[in-house]
Amino acid sequence: MGAHHGPAKGLTRWLFTTNHKDIGTMYLWFSFAMFLLGGSFAMIIRAELFQPGLQIVQPEFFNQMTTMHGLVMVFGAIMPAFVGLANWMIPLMIGAPDMALPRMNNWSFWILPPTFLLLASTLLMDGGGPNFGWTFYAPLSTTYAPPSVTFFIFAVHAMGISSIMGSINIIATVVNMRAPGMTYMKMPMFVWTWLITAFLLVAVMPVLAGAVTMMLMDIHFGTSFFSAAGGGDPVLFQHVFWFFGHPEVYIIILPAFGVVSEVIPTFSRKPLFGYDSMVYATSSIAFLSFIVWAHHMYTVGMPIAGELFFMYATMLIAVPTAAKVFNWVTTMFKGSITLETPMLFAIAKVFLFTVGGFSGLMLAIAPADFQYHDSYFVVAHFHYTMVAGAIFALSSAVYYWIPKWTGKMYNETMGKTHFWISFIGFNLTFFPQHFVGLAGMPRRIPDYNLMFADFNMMSSIGAFIYGSSQLLFLFNIVRTITHGKPVTDAKVWEGGTTLEWTVPTPAPYHTFTTPPEVK
Amino acid sequence: MYLQARRLLKLALSPVLMLLSLFSTGAWAETGARWQTNMTPGITEVGHKIYDLHMWVFYVCVVTGILVFGVMFYSVFAYRKDRHPEPATFHENTKVEIVWTIVPFLILLIMVVPATKTLIEIYDTDDAELDILITGYQWKWKYEYINPTGDNVSFFSNLLTDGAEIANTEEKGSNYLLEVDEPVVIPVNKKVRFLVTANDVLHAWWVPALAVKRDAIPGFINEAWTKATETGVYRGQCAELCGRNHGFMPIVVNVVEEPEYNAWLAEKQAAAAEIKALMAKDFSLDELVARGKNVYTSSCSACHGANGEGGVGKAIAGSPIATGPLKGHMEVAVHGVSGTAMPAFGSQLNEVDLAAVITYQRNSFGNNMGDMLQPVDIYKFKKGQ
Repeated sequence: MGAHHGPAKGLTRWLFTTNHKDIGTMYLWFSFAMFLLGGSFAMIIRAELFQPGLQIVQPEFFNQMTTMHGLVMVFGAIMPAFVGLANWMIPLMIGAPDMALPRMNNWSFWILPPTFLLLASTLLMDGGGPNFGWTFYAPLSTTYAPPSVTFFIFAVHAMGISSIMGSINIIATVVNMRAPGMTYMKMPMFVWTWLITAFLLVAVMPVLAGAVTMMLMDIHFGTSFFSAAGGGDPVLFQHVFWFFGHPEVYIIILPAFGVVSEVIPTFSRKPLFGYDSMVYATSSIAFLSFIVWAHHMYTVGMPIAGELFFMYATMLIAVPTAAKVFNWVTTMFKGSITLETPMLFAIAKVFLFTVGGFSGLMLAIAPADFQYHDSYFVVAHFHYTMVAGAIFALSSAVYYWIPKWTGKMYNETMGKTHFWISFIGFNLTFFPQHFVGLAGMPRRIPDYNLMFADFNMMSSIGAFIYGSSQLLFLFNIVRTITHGKPVTDAKVWEGGTTLEWTVPTPAPYHTFTTPPEVK
Repeated sequence: MYLQARRLLKLALSPVLMLLSLFSTGAWAETGARWQTNMTPGITEVGHKIYDLHMWVFYVCVVTGILVFGVMFYSVFAYRKDRHPEPATFHENTKVEIVWTIVPFLILLIMVVPATKTLIEIYDTDDAELDILITGYQWKWKYEYINPTGDNVSFFSNLLTDGAEIANTEEKGSNYLLEVDEPVVIPVNKKVRFLVTANDVLHAWWVPALAVKRDAIPGFINEAWTKATETGVYRGQCAELCGRNHGFMPIVVNVVEEPEYNAWLAEKQAAAAEIKALMAKDFSLDELVARGKNVYTSSCSACHGANGEGGVGKAIAGSPIATGPLKGHMEVAVHGVSGTAMPAFGSQLNEVDLAAVITYQRNSFGNNMGDMLQPVDIYKFKKGQ
């Protein structure tokens, strides 16, 4: 192979690259860095909540931590991590030589580091960083916001541009660059879930941009979109935000569904059960995500007709989601299962995500939500779906594909240790939060009554355990790259059936320059 | 049908429930509510219905979970490669797919019926016997008893917990962060309607025992209602992030017998009349400073510091406003400073307290102006604008 086929050398390789594997790698490392940053914010939160009373931080800073933790984890860690996986795996899975729009791909990544640098720098600004929660409800985020809110708005715009470009690229790639013979209904589930996710992103990121633009106008140009005193409506903000925000949570979870739909068949050595119904279920979830947003707003005082509509629509989501869980379980049924680290994370994801789904169903019941809303019960619920649902799937994906990426095998013992510590730490952190929430502890408070003390201490200990287990993950990855046992089989896993297991291991810099024939 | 199904479920689940009850209050009776693991049914009929609904959905989830996870973990154990080396190859069955789409749908239907009924009941705010306007402020609640035949009674309810307890220099009491200087008082067995709004940012008024949570939104008035069936003291907190002291604006509701309520209301009305009378009084500097100190502690110290050293707000000690002309000081205190966290206290404190607190600030923390304001000065200042 001639030298011009390999990557450029030095820094410019990464700065100017248009190669989907390089860009995927950068997305993954960037998201891991953000995961550690957002995680360290969470550690500060849990350290303050370790005991009642104010010990470590003041309430102002505590609010900045909860806000930044949410923003960094959602927009900096989980979303870019899945985009990284999409970059690496979609071309490999559909037999394409690269993404359809490689230069835009470079740009959509390189927007992110300065954006998050800007966002993180608000913490050092006069008046502190964003302190109004990651949902930034007006007017706390407008009239009453610290001056750094303008930089926050700029950062959200930039993230949105990056996401929209990334999704357009994914849509263009999947629609145009599938290998001959790969019809839509033959695409791997991971590609399907990302295609649907990309459409969701293109649909809702502009809505978020609209929300922050209205904020910007209210703050600097004298409009009153969200100020009742000027004829505006603070509730409008919530409608616009959640019209983005609810699809957003499916943007996070659908690619995670895709990952486990690849991992479970591989390690069960049995094809995914109900492939067609999985595609339909994912599409129905995506569709429903647009008409359930106000279940985040049961207590704002909507008319009862609206309340009932959103309750019924929300409960309906349980149907396609349950179908997906049943399909995964049936895939395992009568398979031939081995429990390597990716499979452990995938099974735990299905298990714990379903627990989060159950509490989601409880939250959907509007009258009961009058007790759950804005309590720690909600915090427990969405961490079961976001951490166990999305981050466990991401860990699974990294262990699953890292041999293909690097040509080295990770250390299985260390992987399993990482899994069990994560599993125990995660549950110790978030399960007791159901209890304190039901007992009446509101979310986003820096201090609490003694009745909540014991479970909060458990929760904090769990968080420290979960947090430190991620350092083991980092160590395992670095160790794999530097000292991992070389793998040369194209098919790393016995049960792998998708196209990425047909290219050599490690995947060469350019793959599928001649498209494969799919039967 | 729904009740019967619930009873059956309860029976089937009794071992699980027994295990769960270990975690609830009973087993740790001596620590009281410390290990509370479940929602309170509270002291209202609606609260009990919500609790029942919550438990019913919970049981359904537990049963579904046992079935699904049962199959899942059975597969993990029974179909391991070493025991089951030849995997089956089936991967489709339309009938099964249809069944497991329809069954969850039917389960949802039996949840929807009681949920809808309860929701309709919660929304029925008609025929209330008493209206209380609740206004959320950064970071306190104002309660105004609407009196169709005379003056409304209104007061602010501030956090009572001592700063030293929060800073861990004093031992925390059992009502730590859940105690206020003036609780809201309601009569037992009467339908009370809450009209909930806010003055600045969003807040949410939540008392678990009353099963009431309503967002307080500036410019909008939301309605909620309760009918308490037991007397007692019930505590809650603000549930919507509202800034720095979001965790420090609790709610305390005293549910009392009607005669006691009437006596309390009469006392409040008398106190309001007294303030009116005090408006005309000429206070001495010492009287004003003594009164102002209390007002300062409840209304100013959270931002300006217990000794006027400042915090979120500017320092009062040596401040150019507190040591400048009286008019400028009144301007800031009465109208607030727009674009900052300094609210307009003209709408929050009465003239007597305003005069007292301004006088106190000018003659404390090392400020030694020697001048003072009378309530009537504040009254004139407000009128003059």
